[in-house]
This record gives sequence, structure tokens and C-alpha cells, in this order.
Amino acid sequence: MYRTMTRIEHPALMIPMINRLGAALLVATVLLVAPVDVGAVTPEEKGLAIAQEAEKRDTGFGDTTSKMVMVLKNRHGDKSTRNMRMKILEVHGDGDKSMSIFDRPRDIKGTAMLTHSHPLKSDDQWMYLPALKRVKRISSRNKSGPFMGSEFAFEDLGSQEIEKYTYRWLRDASLNGRDCFVVERRPAYKYSGYTRQVSWMDKAMYQPLKVDYYDRKNTLLKTQIFEGYKQYLGQYWRPDSMSMVNHQTHKSTTLNWKDYKFKVGLEDRDFDRNSLKRAR
Amino acid sequence: MKSPNRAPGTSSKKSQEKGALYKVLPLLILAALFLLGGLLMSQAALAQEQMLPEEAEALEAEEGDEEDSEVSGRIFGGEVSGYVAGELRVFPETAAYAGQKGEFLSFSGQPEFYRAWEDGRQSFTLIPFFRLDPQDDDRTHADLRELTWMQVGERWELRLGVRRLFWGVTESRHLVDVINQTDAVEGLDGEDKLGQPMVNLALIRDWGTLDLLWLPWFRERTFAGPKGRPRPGLMVDHDRSRYASSSEERHQDWAIRWSHAIGAVDLGISHFQGTSRDPLFLTEMYTTGQVVLVPYYDQIRQTGLDLQFTDEAWLWKLEVLSRRGEFDGRRTEAVGGFEYSMVGIFESDADMGLIAEYLFDDRGDASTQPFDNDLMVGMRLTMNDTQSTDAVIGTIIDLEDGTMAWTLEGSRRLGESWKLTLEGRAYLDPPTSDPIYTYRRDHLLSLEIARYF
Repeated sequence: MYRTMTRIEHPALMIPMINRLGAALLVATVLLVAPVDVGAVTPEEKGLAIAQEAEKRDTGFGDTTSKMVMVLKNRHGDKSTRNMRMKILEVHGDGDKSMSIFDRPRDIKGTAMLTHSHPLKSDDQWMYLPALKRVKRISSRNKSGPFMGSEFAFEDLGSQEIEKYTYRWLRDASLNGRDCFVVERRPAYKYSGYTRQVSWMDKAMYQPLKVDYYDRKNTLLKTQIFEGYKQYLGQYWRPDSMSMVNHQTHKSTTLNWKDYKFKVGLEDRDFDRNSLKRAR
Repeated sequence: MKSPNRAPGTSSKKSQEKGALYKVLPLLILAALFLLGGLLMSQAALAQEQMLPEEAEALEAEEGDEEDSEVSGRIFGGEVSGYVAGELRVFPETAAYAGQKGEFLSFSGQPEFYRAWEDGRQSFTLIPFFRLDPQDDDRTHADLRELTWMQVGERWELRLGVRRLFWGVTESRHLVDVINQTDAVEGLDGEDKLGQPMVNLALIRDWGTLDLLWLPWFRERTFAGPKGRPRPGLMVDHDRSRYASSSEERHQDWAIRWSHAIGAVDLGISHFQGTSRDPLFLTEMYTTGQVVLVPYYDQIRQTGLDLQFTDEAWLWKLEVLSRRGEFDGRRTEAVGGFEYSMVGIFESDADMGLIAEYLFDDRGDASTQPFDNDLMVGMRLTMNDTQSTDAVIGTIIDLEDGTMAWTLEGSRRLGESWKLTLEGRAYLDPPTSDPIYTYRRDHLLSLEIARYF
């Protein structure tokens, strides 16, 4: 009791205390005000605030592993599947690191891709080809190309840093009975295949339920639907499935996730070129 | 007589007469022994790790079921995968040498067993390979591509056993990739390698990765038999192979390599000391008067550099090696160039890569390999479709005599588990002075269909 009193009375120690309190109050204000206050901010500011809030709520997951099954369907309904495993490491002050390891189709089993993403400058990407035992640094120019022959482009599945887009809140709307912000975002990075994306952000989860993608000619190209959100560690929402329908080719791809694990203790060492060679 | 081309009394008769089994059997026995050893080791480790046996069993059963249903077959708690393939090689031109035919049908297979334990920090891998070619006994062979135990630490990785590894960045030639012997009767691009026995310790630090390799046993190159194609005009008699070192294939080789990625640059510097993987050829005459080529494996010291600079669509690549052989003297070779990728060409999903590389050898015309002042230009097409269709076409042009060596490689998945691969080679106008002259009638088209499991 006595000790605590003397510490608080000491002026040099009080300054950081006040600052911390101030910061806490500020955070609380932003939390309360940003999503609600429409009049005071421009649509751009509001769009950005929504994106920032979404990122804030998803910060601190540390690392995660999951399994994914990808089902590709062509316009005739013929299906083909791919199995892969994903590892992601959250990086503060830069883009996340990720590793994708392919299990099927069997001819590409053991192929793995390592990405060190960056908010605006191009990502660093390596591929491991097990037949040749070769690690290849690959061009990250191909943002708009299809991932594994699917309807998902590389840029749809990459790390979604705030700086990668500019934002504009369009309106509030309801989707399947859930209150959403409808936010438009435009890629700020080079070589995107889109002029803009319109996403329906669930107001409770701050996660997208639906995204419309507009191609370079500003024509509706694809629609992505997120389903089966589950909350992990009492904070982080992840969908069980994502489907992408291409309105121009009538092909579609569904990604089904399972075995989400958080904070499994992954480190930088698990995302270097050495780990890529033995990823399998 | 079975092979009129060969003189009696050479030791190569032995392998021809007893045929494939003679070569395959010891390898298979060795593989079986190591497989058994690996399994016992991993089982023991698993038993130690899991304190409660019931829990361990339940866990394993659960994991097993899951993997079975979605990924691959499982045996002894490990994963089994691999492929079997049939290959048809067609040589449209009349053979240059007696006994050679125009079509070759052969079969190959490469199963894999992999088991990891201790949360992936230790693993055991077994990959045998075999090829049955009824028309070329020397192409019929088996090899242990891999038989490795690996342990991973916080800042190091240790690998013990038989393995393949790859160093380098360029496409037309792989200069600095000197650890594994080329399985020359396999692919046409020299990218198929024999397993190399080694101890490999990798130290992983902030300043890069330092690989230390001890290579206690040398593997000889494989060569096509008298009826095989493509082959040089004179037969290679690899049973008479000679070595610069009196310890022959027991010479202890070693290598060291530092590699690092710094921003947009991927860099590697390596040094190798030991038996050259790349033989010289001596001509020798049998008592019958027949002249043959005898491989000679020099003792060399070689320092190599590989460098790639990645700038969005541009990949700039360079490999340089400087090598000194006891017999062969000093030489410097280099390959350097770029690959430029274009995305979504012609409003499609396809990507196209343009490749150009310059190949240099300071020995010039005295070079033992054909690419001393040559230019490679090529194009890579990736369709990005469901069936992962891709193709690479390219040519290496001799800038002095204009000889062109064309290569084509394409592949496409059929259904979920089949893959079709097409390869082609053509040699245009080699003058008699060009090392490629000997293959002038061996243009070929190869079609392989593989079933993956």
C-alpha cells in the first residue's frame, strides 16, 4: 500500500500512467464512434475505419494452420479437387508469411509455395518442385492469374493488408438477415486484375459475407460467398467455406477449410527456404 | 554371339548376360533392409514419445483414418505415394549404328515412403526407382533415389543417407549443381539424378544457410547400351572406368555451400572437392580391334556462384563456375540470362515466359561439352487450367557454326491421377566438328503416361 502510494506520487512515473490511460480512452472512443458516426466523416474515411477495425479485431492471432479442400467445377458441372495445407505467420509491421503445401492432385504432391507478403512492394515468393528437388524464386507479377486453375486469383488468397486498397463506404444493407456495411475497395498495388471490389462486411463479426469483383473493364466478373463462420480463441472468425462463381465463364470453385489451429508456435524458421524443402 | 559389337572377355558381358536382375537385386535388398531399419526407428521413437499406449493408438488410428480418406495411402504409420509409367520413344530417322531400332517402349516406377515423427522434426524417406527397357539392357536399371533420415533443430538440419539435391537457377544448363551424378539414360535434359550417399549438416543463421557435405561414395554415370539411343558413335565401356584417384569410387569428397536471400537477390556460393561427376573419355582398343570410349573421372576442385535477381516480371539469372582438374586443368564456364513473364496473354488465363541465356566456356573449341559460345532462347507457356497444362520450347544455337539443338517439353494431367508428358529433341545441321554431330540422327519424340498413387 505504502509503496504504491509513493510510486504514483512520483511525477516521473505518473506521465506514462496518464499516457496509457489516455491511449486506452482513445481506443474506446474509436471503438464506440467509428462504426456508428456517419455524419462526421466522409465515405472514404468511414470505409477505411471499417477496414482498420476489421484488421484490429483480427490482429494477434500469431500463427495458424489449416487444411483446405478445393473443388473446381466447370460449366458442365464436372468436378476436380485439390487438397492442400496452409500455414500462416502473423508479422507485425509487414505482410504475413505463408506456406501452402499441396497433397493432391497426386502428381504435384509435395509441391510447396512460400510467400513473404508486403503491403505495397511486391511479395517474395518461392516454389519447391519435389521432382527436381529445386527451390525456385518466382515472379510475383502474376497477381491476377488463377490459383491452381481455380476461379480464385492469387490476389484473392494473399495476405490482405490495409495498405493494399483504398476504401469507400457505400451504404448499410442487410444480407441474409445480417446487418452489413457495404464497402468498395480499389487495389492500390500494381498488376491487379480488378478495378474494384464491393464487399458486404458483417457488422457483428467485421468479416465479409460476400464480395463482388469487377474486372479491368469494370464489368462484374466474380462473386465470392463466405459461409460457416466460426470463432476461434474467442476472437478470430474464420469461414468453413468460400465459394467463387465466375459470371463470365460460369465456372466455380469452392474452398472448404478444416482443422483450424491457432497459436501452434510457428516461427520465422518455419517460413524460410530450408523449411520449404522439407514442407511435404 | 549375343552382341557382336562387343569384344569377348570384357567385364561388361557379365551385366549383359545376367541382365536386369543382377543390377537390381542388391539395391532392392539394401532398400528393404533400410526400410526395416527406418520403420523400427520411427516406431521406437513413437513409443517413447507417447506415454500412454492407449492414447497413442487412439491418436494414430484417428490420424490414420483421416489421412486415408483424403490424402494418400498409409503403411506402418507412414505415407506411401509415387508413380508407375509407360514411355514410348520414337526416333524418326534411320539409326546411325547397327542394331538400333526406331521405337523403344519402356516402363518405370518410383514409389515413395515417408514417415515423420516428433512433430516433423525427424523423418525417414525412401524412394527407390526402376526402369525396364526391353531393348536396352543398360537402360534397364534400378536406383535408390532417396533413403534419408533427417533431424531438424532450431538452427540446424542434419540429413544422413542417400539423397538428391539441387543447386542453381538457370534453365539451359545446370553448372553449379555438382553433387549428384546424372542418370544419363533417363531424361534427355540431364535433370534426372542418381541418389548420392552423404552426410549433410545445414547451419541456419541470420547471415544465411551454410551446408556442409561429406560424400563418402562416388556414383558412376549411366550410359546407353549398344542398342540404345541416343548414344555416341563409339560405345562407352563403363566397366573399364578409370579414376584419377587410386581410391577410385571410395574417394572421400566434400562440399560446402553458403546461400542466402537478401531482398530481391537469391545468392549461393559453393565449393566442391573430389571426384568429377562429369567424365572425360579415353579411347581404348580391344584385342579384337574394336575401339571404345572409357570414362575417366578426374579429381577436381570447383567453386561455383549462383545468383538470381527478381524484379517483378523479370528474373535475372547467373551461374559461374571455376574448376581445376588434376588431368584437365583450369576452366571457367558461365550461363546467364533472363526470364520475362507475361500474364494473361491474349485475354486468356495463360502466362507466357520468354527465356534467353548465354552459355560460355573459356576452353572454346577445345571444350569437352558442346556449349562454349551459344545462345539459348525459349518460351514457356503455362495454361493455368484445371489440368495444369504447360509447355517449354527452346533452342540452343551455336554462335559459331549455327548448329541448333531444339527441345520441347509439355505435360498435362488427365483426370485426377494420370499425367501425360511429351518430350522432343531435334538437332539441326551439326557439322562434323560439333560435339552434337554424333547425335545427328537421334531426333526423338518421347511420350510418357504416368499413373500417380
